[in-house]
Amino acid sequence: MEKRDPKSKNSKDGMGLLETNTGLKVKPFYSPGDVPNLDYKGCLGDPGVFPFTRGIFPTMYRGKLWTMRQYAGFSTSENTNSRFKFLLNQGQTGLSLALDLPTQLGLDSDDPLAKDDVGKLGVAIDTLRDMEEMFEGIPLDKISTSFTINSTASILLAMYVATAEKQGVNPSDLRGTIQNDIIKEYIARGTYIFPPEPSIRLIGDTIEYCVKHIPRFNSVSVSGTHICECGATPTQGIAYPFLTGIAYIQEVLKRGYGIDDVASLLSFHLIAGGVQFNLFQDIAKLRAARRLWAKMMKERFHSQSEKSMQLKFSTGGMGGGMTEQQPLNNIARISFYALAAALAGSQSMNLPCFDEAYAIPTDEAIRTSLRIQQIIGYEIGVPDVADPLGGSYYVEALTDSFEKEIEVEMERIESLGGILRCVEDGTIQRQLANQAYEVQKKLESGALIKVGVNRFRIDEEDRELEVFEVDPQTLSKQVSRLKQVKAERDQTKVQTVLKELKKTAIEKTNLMPSILDAVRAYATVGEMVNTLKEVYGEAQHLSVF
Amino acid sequence: MAERRTIRVLIAKPGLDGHDKGAKIVAKGLKDAGMEVIYTGIRQTGDAILKTAIQESVDVIGLSILSGTHLSICEELMDKMRKEKLRDTLVLVGGIIPKNDVRALKELGIAEVFRPSSTMDQIVRFIQKTVGERNNNH
Repeated sequence: MEKRDPKSKNSKDGMGLLETNTGLKVKPFYSPGDVPNLDYKGCLGDPGVFPFTRGIFPTMYRGKLWTMRQYAGFSTSENTNSRFKFLLNQGQTGLSLALDLPTQLGLDSDDPLAKDDVGKLGVAIDTLRDMEEMFEGIPLDKISTSFTINSTASILLAMYVATAEKQGVNPSDLRGTIQNDIIKEYIARGTYIFPPEPSIRLIGDTIEYCVKHIPRFNSVSVSGTHICECGATPTQGIAYPFLTGIAYIQEVLKRGYGIDDVASLLSFHLIAGGVQFNLFQDIAKLRAARRLWAKMMKERFHSQSEKSMQLKFSTGGMGGGMTEQQPLNNIARISFYALAAALAGSQSMNLPCFDEAYAIPTDEAIRTSLRIQQIIGYEIGVPDVADPLGGSYYVEALTDSFEKEIEVEMERIESLGGILRCVEDGTIQRQLANQAYEVQKKLESGALIKVGVNRFRIDEEDRELEVFEVDPQTLSKQVSRLKQVKAERDQTKVQTVLKELKKTAIEKTNLMPSILDAVRAYATVGEMVNTLKEVYGEAQHLSVF
Repeated sequence: MAERRTIRVLIAKPGLDGHDKGAKIVAKGLKDAGMEVIYTGIRQTGDAILKTAIQESVDVIGLSILSGTHLSICEELMDKMRKEKLRDTLVLVGGIIPKNDVRALKELGIAEVFRPSSTMDQIVRFIQKTVGERNNNH
């Protein structure tokens, strides 16, 4: 048997501090002395009770399991429609929609810049027609849909509302989430279009619209996962989305709304897993996040409503933790990520797939990740008791230390001028690039152990997993659909609604009604975005490393 | 024999995908290995990449592609490189590239493909060896 590396210099026969894979120093065991100030009511509270450390609902998963989603969406709306029906038949309870990059960047499928990417990483949506066909036969009041969409989120939301209207569903019955988090796009994911200021105003518009018309819809899913995949530490993976969420909240507060009109419409997308995963720390970090958010809403924003103080989060992403070597090992990794998320009281999960390092996941890989969720949810007793690790000396000590670290990091960024300033001048991007590079060096030196990669390697035969292939006809099919919609629609109407959209953008009033009108007139995503570009201009690319 | 000069590398992110952690890690790694590195930033067209490559007279273009668009992007770019007579510039690809596509990329003239299991060390050594050999042959 291989001996475990004594990683700590102070380690005397294993009794000193040990540095974990995430750089935290831990003792060989924890006892009551490590949590001297643990006051049950003040620090924990029962599940469903302030400060919600133990979960946001009294019965947690007994009442309702987390929503099981797997990211899906391929090529055209018809293909995606059948994929959705397949997933719903398999027992999935919510849909998580992947959109192709042109849709995310406001390019129509016939745009020359779009040609390599149409239908590749998700479904191509050009007009309302595509959205109608995608949800054909799927009643929108019976499901919840999560859209991974950011700079064009307002347009996609308007299309979802218009589709509901056509199905005869009252928009106020819609449930789901739009990601709609632009700040992390500038930091990590790259699908920004407009400069920060109008982008944040547009997010304010969608939140305001949801407050008034579709109150059960999460109008923003503030994301920590992408920045963690991009090099953020577990602490930054909570601190930055919190600062971001607060920036969006403030955008709406200055329009005359109260904190309790807005806060409950935000949800978060946080990481449990990935390249810097540590089972107990990931659980503690999410518990700490829940407590800190509750306190901030109550003490700093003077919220009166428990709904505002309850941190709702999904867990997902984490593809960066998947290895190309010995790919079946990834199924074990995914299971631990999911277990951490469940033990931390996540509201929704979408897991990575074991073939992530090879290509876009296949049906089999997606199904396996869904089965992992179902095994944890139905087979092994995890949901029976809320927050089963609550009261563990170790987990509570970690929870306390994460809460402090997250606060310190938030204060540091605020002292540098705030999250937006640090993104605009590239401070955060540079820092994450440095951190990601350090992690890579540790992986290569073996200082950070990755089984099958730098330890327990085998000579692998040149294996090839089955790879998901996108229908090669996608581009031509989608372009001819678009052409047909354009031929059938009322051109004069389209011109009128686009002119109105431009006028609203100049006046800086809420854009959602004009976007809805444009969507109903079958204006394309590209036409709407180009109209807004005329007013807002485009964001600068920062290439700091 | 030509004077030994520092190897110049352009790391480029073609297409619409914005996930550039890998591109930045490789850029930093090559810089630490003593090369001069320029990173284009995201959303670059083939024309823009070539223009920078010519302006900066780089020895190597490293393309980072994760979005499944490697075949069409590389075909177009290599075609343009032939037209510009950039025969001596080494073109490498890194990213999520299914193994079955590696041969097709090499047939297009891509010198090497680095998949997720590749290490910084492998990339550095490949560039030093290949660029060194090319310079010795001139």
